[in-house]
Amino acid sequence: MSLVLVERTGATARNFVLHLGRISVFTGRIANRARRKPFRIRRWLDELYNVGVLSLAIICVSGAAVGMVLGLQGYNTLVRFGAEESLGAVVGLSLVRELGPVLTALLVTGRAGSAIAAEIGSMVVTEQLDGLRMLSIDPMDFVVVPKVLAMIVAMPLLAALFIAFALFGSYLVGVLFLSVDPGAFMMSLEEAVEFDTDVLGSYIKSLVFGILVGLVATYRGYTAEPHAAGVSAATTSTVVVASVATLIFDYFITALWGA
Amino acid sequence: MASTSIRDTAVGIFVLAGLAAVAYLSVALGGVSYRGKGGLEIRATFNEIGGLKARAQVVVGGVKVGQVTRVELDADLRPNVTMDLDEKLQLPVDSSASILTAGMLGDQYIELEPGGEEDVLRPGDELQFTQDAFVLERLIGKLVHQLGADSDASDSEAPEPKDLEQ
Repeated sequence: MSLVLVERTGATARNFVLHLGRISVFTGRIANRARRKPFRIRRWLDELYNVGVLSLAIICVSGAAVGMVLGLQGYNTLVRFGAEESLGAVVGLSLVRELGPVLTALLVTGRAGSAIAAEIGSMVVTEQLDGLRMLSIDPMDFVVVPKVLAMIVAMPLLAALFIAFALFGSYLVGVLFLSVDPGAFMMSLEEAVEFDTDVLGSYIKSLVFGILVGLVATYRGYTAEPHAAGVSAATTSTVVVASVATLIFDYFITALWGA
Repeated sequence: MASTSIRDTAVGIFVLAGLAAVAYLSVALGGVSYRGKGGLEIRATFNEIGGLKARAQVVVGGVKVGQVTRVELDADLRPNVTMDLDEKLQLPVDSSASILTAGMLGDQYIELEPGGEEDVLRPGDELQFTQDAFVLERLIGKLVHQLGADSDASDSEAPEPKDLEQ
């Protein structure tokens, strides 16, 4: 009984290391292809549409909603200390430093990462990737690289939009509904947020998350088992792995950036 | 072809909107290139600066006129603060600088009080009159010490009323 447990633990650990190795090799291949011709601009633009434009609605709506609830919660806490004037600082710092990049990464994982994994997985199942190889088109070049690059470009832009909409939402709640002084709100917001400690760190985070989500989604899709259950497993594990990796990386980026 | 160009326009709008948001966060919130260099650089030496840091505000009568650019120890181990002020500012040479706190727990800033001299400060000058930061812990410490001393004194002078109270 206990032997089975040990065996399973060992298998899980070995599996983890195996996938880590494979995804590293996969990353190397992507990096190799990405800086060599042909640059498939057309494919990249199409993927930017899929990842970026189609995620706009969910990012803007979620951003505004998160900002509004943050404004409300922040106000309710701050008003006890008579410090509701610093609502802007509380909202701005938490959005720029953490919530913006992280929530955007989670939303994009759910919206676009799962779609990427499912699409590539279906291509594996229906042997479309083999079809491309027969036409002597490298599927890495044609399918994988444009998706990863689109993800890397779209993520920081989406995160910035998320933060902008969230600030708008919290301004709406704080100033219009709860009558915080608009000047005090903007002042504390602009005074609290610094470029090199907060805004730059936010960009770096969303860039790293973009790379992470793009890699996990394409890797899981590319290595999907060639049957229907394989595609669903690839999609599920993309969302799980990319979300958890985002949260773990978030801690380390924050720790390293703060030092 | 028509659908492709609509799609590309949408991508273009997305990229523009994203870049606008990035620019807003960097410039409006981050304060990139907030104010050009080459202003009036003034220095002041204090005994105690509390929590004053670079980028802290410098105000005259509550109006922001510049910011702290550098905080360092001088040869006598006293904190020396360099601030970058608006170059149009005509501060008399006998102006004084004091470190104040915004609100109870707010950031620390420097308040300059203009003096009465005719001559004005030039770039690189050092302020002669400074007032140190007010450190709450130190004041509380002093207060507790004093209270302790007071109660000791009252104990020795009139021990009876205290016993009655208890």
